[in-house]
Amino acid sequence: MSRTVLTVDALVVGAGPAGLAAATAARAGGAGSVVVVDREDEAGGIPRLCAHTGFGMRDLRRVLSGPEYARRWVDRAVACGVDIRTRTMVTGWSAPGRAQLTGPGGLLEVDARAVVLATGARERPRAARLVPGSRPAGIFTTGQLQQWVHREHLPMGRRALVVGAEHVSYSAVLTLREAGVRTVALVTDHPRSQTFGLFDLLTRAGLRVPVWTQTTVAGVYGHDRVDRVLVRGPGGGERAVAVDTVVFSGDFIPDHELARVAGLAIDPGTRGPACAADGATSAPGIFATGNLVHPAETADIAARRARSAGAAAAAWLRGGEGRHERATVRVRVADPLHWVVPNMVGPEGEPLDPVLVRTRSFLDHPRLDVTQGGGLLASYRLRRMIPNRSHHIPSGWLGLVRPEEDVLIAVAAPR
Amino acid sequence: MTDEHAYDVAIIGAGVVGTAIGRQLARYRLRTVLLERSNDVGTGTSKANTAIVHTGFDTQPGSLESTLVRRGHELLTAYAAASGIALERTGAVLVAWDAEQTARLDEVLAKSQANGYHHARRITLEELSRREPHLGGGATGAVTIPDESIICPWSASVAFATEAVGAGVELQLGVEVSHARRGPDDWVLRTTNGDIRARWVVNAAGLGSDLVNAWFGHDEFGITPRRGQLIVFDKLARPLLSSILLPVPTERTKGVLVAPTVYGNVLLGPTAEDIPDRDDTATTAEGIGGLLRAGRRILPELVHEEVTAVYAGLRAATEHRDYQISVHERERYACVGGIRSTGLTASLAIAEHVVAQMGDAGLTLAEAEQEPVVPRLPELGERGTRAFEDAGLIEGDPAYGSIVCFCERVTVGEVRDALGSPVPAVDLGGVRRRTRATNGRCQGFFCGAAVAARLASAVRP
Repeated sequence: MSRTVLTVDALVVGAGPAGLAAATAARAGGAGSVVVVDREDEAGGIPRLCAHTGFGMRDLRRVLSGPEYARRWVDRAVACGVDIRTRTMVTGWSAPGRAQLTGPGGLLEVDARAVVLATGARERPRAARLVPGSRPAGIFTTGQLQQWVHREHLPMGRRALVVGAEHVSYSAVLTLREAGVRTVALVTDHPRSQTFGLFDLLTRAGLRVPVWTQTTVAGVYGHDRVDRVLVRGPGGGERAVAVDTVVFSGDFIPDHELARVAGLAIDPGTRGPACAADGATSAPGIFATGNLVHPAETADIAARRARSAGAAAAAWLRGGEGRHERATVRVRVADPLHWVVPNMVGPEGEPLDPVLVRTRSFLDHPRLDVTQGGGLLASYRLRRMIPNRSHHIPSGWLGLVRPEEDVLIAVAAPR
Repeated sequence: MTDEHAYDVAIIGAGVVGTAIGRQLARYRLRTVLLERSNDVGTGTSKANTAIVHTGFDTQPGSLESTLVRRGHELLTAYAAASGIALERTGAVLVAWDAEQTARLDEVLAKSQANGYHHARRITLEELSRREPHLGGGATGAVTIPDESIICPWSASVAFATEAVGAGVELQLGVEVSHARRGPDDWVLRTTNGDIRARWVVNAAGLGSDLVNAWFGHDEFGITPRRGQLIVFDKLARPLLSSILLPVPTERTKGVLVAPTVYGNVLLGPTAEDIPDRDDTATTAEGIGGLLRAGRRILPELVHEEVTAVYAGLRAATEHRDYQISVHERERYACVGGIRSTGLTASLAIAEHVVAQMGDAGLTLAEAEQEPVVPRLPELGERGTRAFEDAGLIEGDPAYGSIVCFCERVTVGEVRDALGSPVPAVDLGGVRRRTRATNGRCQGFFCGAAVAARLASAVRP
């Protein structure tokens, strides 16, 4: 194949906040040539499309709009000597560490000694949620909606239903409002909204958008355009809601194709590559970070946590080949917990960031027990757990894990 | 178009059968018009099916369907190679799951022989699990049908229409025919685009073929739409199977199958529900639930993969067990109705058969001066070299190196071509069927707006 071959120290796939932060950290850690590729026209990732403010609090210590925040990370990476190539997509692997790419300049093969996957996450679309009905126009995910409104300025409908009541669902309401679309309601299976109390209050009281809880979308119908959505309420009764737009928000899944095709072990909870606190995956020299491994955190959390993956890639390049001990112990969660990150433990040293745990249902005052082979490693009591939001637990127990059987995190039965 | 100068032939319906007949007629010195109420070709039954090129091993021996499916398999396989329509000869394995089904495998083989297909054979359970290691437990017997193939179903109608239009057939899209009456020496079709006169009329109206048949004074059959719901799984499921996994067919239906697609997905379906509404392509919770239960048994790991799409198509089922094809010499009317799920496979053979019969019935089939040119379609199959991986193509035009739909790796160049082709896409569905853009796992999360914007600027007057 007539591919131009480019040999680099580290290849970072994805120029969102996590990829750029990892690349910057890799350079800071001494990596020579660091190339970040992104298939989009511009680097910066999802924040480029989020017109609202609130970005950068946890990593850059300032409050910025999404596009400003994205710009800062791009500038920072470039200033550190990172080579960013946009409109360039990794389409597969020739071998571990050898990526096949397509760009307007032609076909490329990047031969990298270390790879950091930071391919992000996306929202589950309607079909993946198995919502029956017909297939008219007017069905969106938040990501598609944001580009539809802010980037392409395409025509919108008049009345929308937003499926989901997590942070991003409220962002969808704002985007709809800017486009002149009235949101009839947010619909969630859960008994309560999952966002911050303030967002919820502002949306319900300020924008007068109600949240229909314990409500399921039972069908979407319309011929050319959506004309009604069937919802099933807490009592099981169904009713049709007349809307011309439906936004399926949240319910993030990692964009894990490259990880899967590379043969990396996949965590059953996150569905992203299983990885240690420093982003080490089941394959030597391949690291994973960002919303690919924790779908989905805010940009600033993704960027903060990505530093350790970049640093680990740099350490690997410095002679970490000596690090033969792979992270092999898996960390699993028991129902109703949804996932934990990191979900692999190896000899990676003291982690910089707390452990993230998610639940599938609301829990009040849960106690989380971390066990290995029946022995208790740690036990933490939380005030409450909310679905679609991460809860932090300390990471000290990672140092106690023995290279044996799996670690389990479970909600202790109330006594 | 109101035209004093009548057409020689008007074809009602530009699905895979209508376009195939248009293509066949294009070889002769005839003025042919192809009328379609939708704004694109191949948008009815032709677009939502299991995309399998059948050998006809399980058709009714001695039926017209049996003959035309066998001939159609040969013609379509050759045409796909010539035009670049993605087609893969994956073969099929018919799996029995209990003693009763196993006992019927000999019947299946006998029927296959009677249909003139001689390559089906029994395989041992060991061979079955070697071929399909991910198959669910409990299989009790199996037969292989090595020539069953998978195809890009959308490309067929587009290719046939492109070839026909290139050879002078007039394609009128967005034109609905509502009535036919006899003129002095021709038919007058009342359409949303005025009256159209034609010496011969071909009814290829698919789900509406019985209604059209009635305009011509015939009532040999009635259509009961049979809805088939299908689930398309993520491409990451593709390694789970190597061939089409068929159940033992029953009287009424071929049953739920699992098949790879040429795009690299895995298809589970179809359901078979007789419904009253000829437009009701909605999926249902019961339908989806039933398919997932079936899928869990056939290929347990499949249901753990993400679902990329769920859709339903309608087959034109009749009270008869064969195609309803008849050519009426005196009336100069050809009915090509009741073309069931095998219609895609048989399309070219149906066209060959019907046009020959029309010739026998008095239609003058004088060879045109120039032979129609088989169009070359863009590569949509995973087995071929797609634009994004074609170094020469990208070197000649960087638009083929600019990927717009990431999940399906569709380039700006391909979307542009689809919007500017001889039978162009005019809406998102048309772009999807010609390029696969937005058909992938994200369903437009990343590229939906960008593709819609390109479409909007292309179709804006």
